[in-house]
Amino acid sequence: MKRLVERSAEGLIKACGFASALTVLLIVFFLFKEGISFLNSSPVEDHHALFVHSGNPVTQLEEGQIKDLFDKKINHWKQLTDYGHPVVLLTANDLERLFTPEQLGNNLEYLSACVAHYIDTVPGTLAYFSERQLSLSPAIRIVPVPNISLWKFLSGRQWFPTAQPAAMMGTLPLILGTLLVSLLAILIALPLGLAAAIYLAEIADPRMRNILKPVIELLSGIPSVVYGFFGLVVIVPFIQNLFGLPVGETALAGSLLLAIMALPTIITVSEDAIRTCPIAVKEASLALGASHWQTIFRVILPYASSGITAAAILGIGRAVGETMAVLMVTGNAALMPTSLTQPVRTIPATIAAELGEASFGGLHFKALFALGCLLFLITLATNLLVERTTSKSRKS
Amino acid sequence: MRTKIEASNVHLHYGDFHALKGINMQIPERTVTALIGPSGCGKSSYLRLFNRMNDLIDGVRIDGKVLIDNTDIYSIPQSEVDRLRRKVGMVFQKPNPFPKTIFENVAYGLRVNGLKDKKVIGEQVEKALRQAALWEEVKDKLKKSAFELSGGQQQRLCIARAMAIEPSILLMDEPASALDPISTGKIEELIYELKSNFTIIIVTHNMQQASRVSDYTGFFLLGELIEFDETKKIFRNPEKQQTENYITGRFG
Amino acid sequence: MISFPKQVDREKRLHQAIAFWIARIISYSILLILFLILFFILKRGIGVINWEFLTAMPIDGMTKGGILPAIVGTLYLVLMSMIIAFPVGVLSGIYVNEYAKEGAIKQFVKMMTNNLAGVPSIVFGLFGMALFVNRLGFGASILAGSLTLALLALPLIIRTTEESLKAVDDTFRHASYALGASKLRTIRKVVLPIAFPNIITGLILGIGRVSGETAPILFTVAAYFLPKLPQSLFDQAMALPYHLYVISTSGTNIQASRPIAYGTAVILILIVLGMNLLANFVRSHYSRKVKMK
Repeated sequence: MKRLVERSAEGLIKACGFASALTVLLIVFFLFKEGISFLNSSPVEDHHALFVHSGNPVTQLEEGQIKDLFDKKINHWKQLTDYGHPVVLLTANDLERLFTPEQLGNNLEYLSACVAHYIDTVPGTLAYFSERQLSLSPAIRIVPVPNISLWKFLSGRQWFPTAQPAAMMGTLPLILGTLLVSLLAILIALPLGLAAAIYLAEIADPRMRNILKPVIELLSGIPSVVYGFFGLVVIVPFIQNLFGLPVGETALAGSLLLAIMALPTIITVSEDAIRTCPIAVKEASLALGASHWQTIFRVILPYASSGITAAAILGIGRAVGETMAVLMVTGNAALMPTSLTQPVRTIPATIAAELGEASFGGLHFKALFALGCLLFLITLATNLLVERTTSKSRKS
Repeated sequence: MRTKIEASNVHLHYGDFHALKGINMQIPERTVTALIGPSGCGKSSYLRLFNRMNDLIDGVRIDGKVLIDNTDIYSIPQSEVDRLRRKVGMVFQKPNPFPKTIFENVAYGLRVNGLKDKKVIGEQVEKALRQAALWEEVKDKLKKSAFELSGGQQQRLCIARAMAIEPSILLMDEPASALDPISTGKIEELIYELKSNFTIIIVTHNMQQASRVSDYTGFFLLGELIEFDETKKIFRNPEKQQTENYITGRFG
Repeated sequence: MISFPKQVDREKRLHQAIAFWIARIISYSILLILFLILFFILKRGIGVINWEFLTAMPIDGMTKGGILPAIVGTLYLVLMSMIIAFPVGVLSGIYVNEYAKEGAIKQFVKMMTNNLAGVPSIVFGLFGMALFVNRLGFGASILAGSLTLALLALPLIIRTTEESLKAVDDTFRHASYALGASKLRTIRKVVLPIAFPNIITGLILGIGRVSGETAPILFTVAAYFLPKLPQSLFDQAMALPYHLYVISTSGTNIQASRPIAYGTAVILILIVLGMNLLANFVRSHYSRKVKMK
C-alpha cells in the first residue's frame, strides 16, 4: 500500500515535469495551427469575389491594386491593362441607388440579372458581391485574386487587415517598427546598464551595492502597464514639448521607456558576466602597473564580452516581446517608420490592439496569430543565441 | 652583493588573523630566493607584500618596513604604486593569460604604462618572448589567442608578459604547480637563466625545485620565518629542528 | 632599457577618476529614475486611495467611484493561477532537480522551461485565447485567464524551486538514505522543509508578477467595465492592470479618470513593492535562522 502511494506520487512528479516541458510545444502547436492556415488563403472575404465584364482583359488583381481601385486612386482600366474604359465601382451599397426594389425582387432573386445587365451596359464596372448572391452569366466573370504568400506577408508595406474588399496583410512596417523601437532601446540601455554593472561589480562598496541591488530588482518587478502609464503621463508629453510635435506618442517614447525597462536585465546579466573574470587575471593586470580602470576596460570587459553580448541579446528579446508599455506610448500607426519622432506600431502592440476586434477564425484573427508566430520565432531565436553565447564563454 | 630587498619586522593582519609575525629578511640583488613551508604558513602573503598586492584585500593591515632599493614601499604615495609594480613583476600560480592575442598579452604592460611607439613595443615583445624561451614556438602565431597555447606555454607567456616591462624583481607564486614535469623543467631552466638580470623570489611547495633553482631559501611556519639562509646550508645542515623536519618530510 | 612616459601614472589616475565618476553618476541616475517613477505616481495617486476607492464600484464612465471589481478580479486571478501553477511548478522543480537524470531528458526539460520563460506575455495571451477560450470552450472567463497566467508563472516557480533544492546540501540526503528512508520520503521530510522558505519566495514573486500582467488577460478574461463582482469561474472579470490600461488610454473621459488611474497604479506598485519586501523578509529571516544553527 505504502509502496503504491509512493509510486503514484513519483508518477505525479514525473508527469508534472513533462507537462511543464511540453507546454512550450503546446503553445507552438496552437500558435502555428492558426497562424499557418493564414498563409495561402485569399485576402478577399470568404465567398466573396470581384466581378468584371467578360471583355475586360485584366488577368488578376493584387490587394494593393484592389485597394487603389476602391480608394479611387486608380480610376481608369488603362492604368492596369489594355482596356479603354473608366473604372466604375459597384457594391451592395449601390444597389438601392441604381435599382428599384421591384427590379431586385423581394429576396434579391433578380440581383444577378440586374448586376449582369449593369455590367454589360457599363463595361468598366468592377463589382464586389457575394458569390452566393451572384451567379455567373456570359457577360461577367470573376477576377482572380492571388492568395497571401509568406513573402507578401513579410515584405508587404501596408497593413490594412480589415480593408474591404481585400485585406492587406503586409507586416514589414510592424517588423521594422518593432526592431527600431527595440534596438534603439538597447542602444540607450546597454551603455547605461553596463556602466551600472561595472559600478556594482567593481567600484561600489558593499553598502551602496546593498542599496542598489534591491532597487534594480524592484525596477524589474514593476508591471509593464505601470511603466506604460508613467510613459503616457511623463515621457510622452515631454517628447511632445521637446520636439514640438503634434503628438508625443512616438517611436522615441517607446524606446526610452523600453530602455528603462531593459535596464534591470542588462545590469544583472552583465554584472554576473563581469564577476566571472578570475581574480588571478585581474591581479595579473594590476601587477603590471595597470590602474583599476585600465584593468576593467582592457581585461575584465573583454573577459565578460560574451556575457555582455548575451545581456544585450536578452534585452532585445524582452524588448521585442514587450506589449503593454509599447502599446501605450508609441501611437500605433502602422506606417513604415521613417523617423523617431513619428508614431510607430510594433508586433505585440498590433496583436494586443486588434485581436479583440477580429472575428474568431477569420482572416484577421489568423493574421494576428501569424504575427504571434513571428514574435515567438524572434524570441526563440534570441533565446537560442543567448544560450550559444553563454555556453561558448563557459568553454573558454 | 648589494641588498635589493629588505624586510624588517613585518607584521601582516587580515582582520583578526595574524598572518605574518615579525619577518626580517635581506635579499641580495640578482639571486633566486625560494620561500618554502606548508600551506597557509604565510609565504604567499609575504610574496605579495613586495608589489603591494595585499592592498586589494579588505581589512588588511601591514606594519614594519619593506625596503626595495632602500625605499620603504609602504610609505610611498598611492600614485607611485604603479611605478613600484613596474619594477616588481609577478607570475602567478596558474597560467592566467588575458583574453587577447599572444602579442597583445606581452604588449599589455607596455601599453597600459603609456608606451605607444609600435616599433619599440614590437621589439620589446620579441625580446621578452625570447627571454622566456617562447619566441621560437609562437613567432608565427602572435596574432592567435593566448588560450590556444598549452598550459606550459601559457605560463611562459605570463613570464614574458611580466618581463616585457623590464622589472628588476620577479615574484613567482608556485609558477610550476599547475604544470607537467616537462614544462616544469623548462620553467626551472628559465629561472636559472633569468637570474643574471633579475632578483627572483619564488614560492614553492616542491623541495627539489627549491634546492635546484635557488641561492637562498626561507622556511615559513605559521606566519613566522623560521630560518633563512643559503639554500645549500638549509638543505644540508639546517640550524632549526623544524626546518629539518619539514625538508625531510617528517613534518606533521 | 625602456623608459615609460613620466606623466603616465598621473594620467592613469585621472582617467580612472573620470571613468569611475561616470559609472557612479549613471548608477545613481538609475536609482533616481526609479524614485522619480515611484514618487511621481505615488504623489498623485496616494491621495486618491481611501476606503471608498477600494470598496466601491466604478461609476460615471469609470471617472468616479472605486475599483472594487478590479481588485476582486485580480485577487481571483492571482489565487486561481497560483493554485494551479504552484503545485505543478514545485513538482516539476522536484522532478528536474531530484528525479531527472543528467542527460537528454533533463536537458530537454530544462531547455523547454527556459524557453517558456522567454515567451512574450502577449503570446501567452494568444495561446490562452486559442486553447482555453475557444478550443476548450471556457470563453473569456476567470478560469481561462487563470490558466493562462499560471502558464506564465510556471517557469518562475520551477526555477526557484529547482534552485532552492539545489542549495540543499547533499549530506542531508545521504544522511536520510543512510537511515533507510526512501527517496520520496527523503524529499518530503528532509529536502523540502529545508528548501521550503526559498520555494515560498518563488511563490511570492510569482504573485507579484501575475498580479501585474496585462497582455495575457486581455483576451482571456478581462472586461472593460463590469459593475458587478464575478460569481463563478466562468465569469468575465475586471483586473487591476487591465483597468489601468483602459482608463488611461481608452476610457470615456481620459482626463476625468486620471485620478483613478493614478490610484490604480499606486495599488499595483504597492502590490509589487509588498511582494518584494515580503520575499526579501522571508529570505533574510530564513538565512538568519540557518546561521543560528
